[in-house]
Amino acid sequence: MDLRLEGITHHYDGLLALDGIDLAVRDGETVAIIGPSGCGKSTLLGIVGGLLKPTAGRVVTVGAPRADSLNPFTYVFQDFALLPWRTVAANVALALEHHRLPRAERQARVQAALALTGLADFAAALPRQLSGGMRQRVGIARALVVRPAVLLLDEPLSALDAQTRELLMEDLLAIWARERSTRLYVTHNLDEAARLADRVVVLSRRPGRIREIVAIDVPLAERSGPAIAGVREHLWALIRDEARDAEREVQHG
Amino acid sequence: MAERTAPVPFRGGGFQPRPRRLVPVAVFVAVIGLWQLASARGWLPALFMPSPWQIVGALGDMIDSGTLGKHIGASLSRIALGWVLGTSAGLAIGLAMGIFSAARAAGLPVVSALFPIPKIALLPLFILWFGIGEPSKVATIGFGVFFPTVIAAYTACDSVPRNLIRMGQSFGLPAAAIVWKILVPGAMPGILAGFRITASIALILVVAAEMIGAQYGIGAFILSAGNLMQTDQLLAGVALLSLLGLAVSAVLGAIERAVLRWR
Repeated sequence: MDLRLEGITHHYDGLLALDGIDLAVRDGETVAIIGPSGCGKSTLLGIVGGLLKPTAGRVVTVGAPRADSLNPFTYVFQDFALLPWRTVAANVALALEHHRLPRAERQARVQAALALTGLADFAAALPRQLSGGMRQRVGIARALVVRPAVLLLDEPLSALDAQTRELLMEDLLAIWARERSTRLYVTHNLDEAARLADRVVVLSRRPGRIREIVAIDVPLAERSGPAIAGVREHLWALIRDEARDAEREVQHG
Repeated sequence: MAERTAPVPFRGGGFQPRPRRLVPVAVFVAVIGLWQLASARGWLPALFMPSPWQIVGALGDMIDSGTLGKHIGASLSRIALGWVLGTSAGLAIGLAMGIFSAARAAGLPVVSALFPIPKIALLPLFILWFGIGEPSKVATIGFGVFFPTVIAAYTACDSVPRNLIRMGQSFGLPAAAIVWKILVPGAMPGILAGFRITASIALILVVAAEMIGAQYGIGAFILSAGNLMQTDQLLAGVALLSLLGLAVSAVLGAIERAVLRWR
């Protein structure tokens, strides 16, 4: 299933946040969306998954999602959005409970998702007992359990410390090697974009417009240090000035 | 030349309340002991301020004559019935106001206008409507419990993080599932905090209502003891109220620990 964003424009209280975003995402591709803070990248992700209504434009799917996908557009949230009163396994199962599935299959799917994210031993733990990295693994397991066609990752590693982030990036690459989905990955972290994405969409500062789309030709397995240093430099050069402006801006409201 | 060494003085610590197991017991023993001593020495007039031992004796008399159970039973059954009715109605309305904008817009002005009324002021009206018997007392308690429950329930709904609700929507959860699996459990801490408030309101109202017209009940017992200047019995009734309040709060604490284990 391919994805097409057609002229996405969005206003917040009269303020233009996104201006005419056109983007085609191929099936199975990982597209990172980067830009300075306040460029509307999370807004764009909200629109793609149907959580926000754009002022103008539309998101269309081309072709049908995989038959076994229970929730074609599935998010992984920056703040994890776990239910604190549910155990790890129950948080993952939440995504399945309203679907008609045999009990055995539901359990098998939850077990498989927990195993894939290294959470098998933590099934009975409560979120508050887990570190940030483990909590986000629960968020990822919950997303995988519905076999998404499009995985929408909204700054998934931004709430984590640098070491945990590094570990989770490796985990994400390992998971993506085993699971077929299209991924839209919003981040302000250039490393994550350069390490994980096939293409990087660079948005300009408010109003968000596509400034450049950078394709990364280095194979995922070889994306360490020097191999992607050039890509990283290039991305930073694209957003540096605007990031500085964004940082110096006084917040209104 | 060797430099002089000086340790950096410790400046932290303190401002961290820690449990001291013996202090509470010691305070109780000291206060009651002093009181008993003052009564024994005749510093306190026995007619107006009986000694702790006399109060215990009055309680013993109540147990012997079997009136203790009757009074407590009457008060507890009024509290239980009124509290359950008021809480059920309050939760239904409060959750509706937490979920639906229209329900909130309709309910908030009514709740705001009626909440400040001391509910005991309505007892005469309820007596006219329902008679002097149980229904008027239960209605007063129920009414008094209802409004704080409504307010606790809808503000608790507001305190559930919206990102959890968006998460539910993003996984395609039906609206009913979002309410029962996300909103209501997320609102439980606020709702249970409201229960603590309504439990104490119910205790106040049951005593007040029983003082206006009842044969049995702790409030009626305290009033009649006062009329007969039986201060030992009067204070025995007051001590019973303290025990009753502590028992209710212990039950609520147990419920909180069970329901909010995840916190």
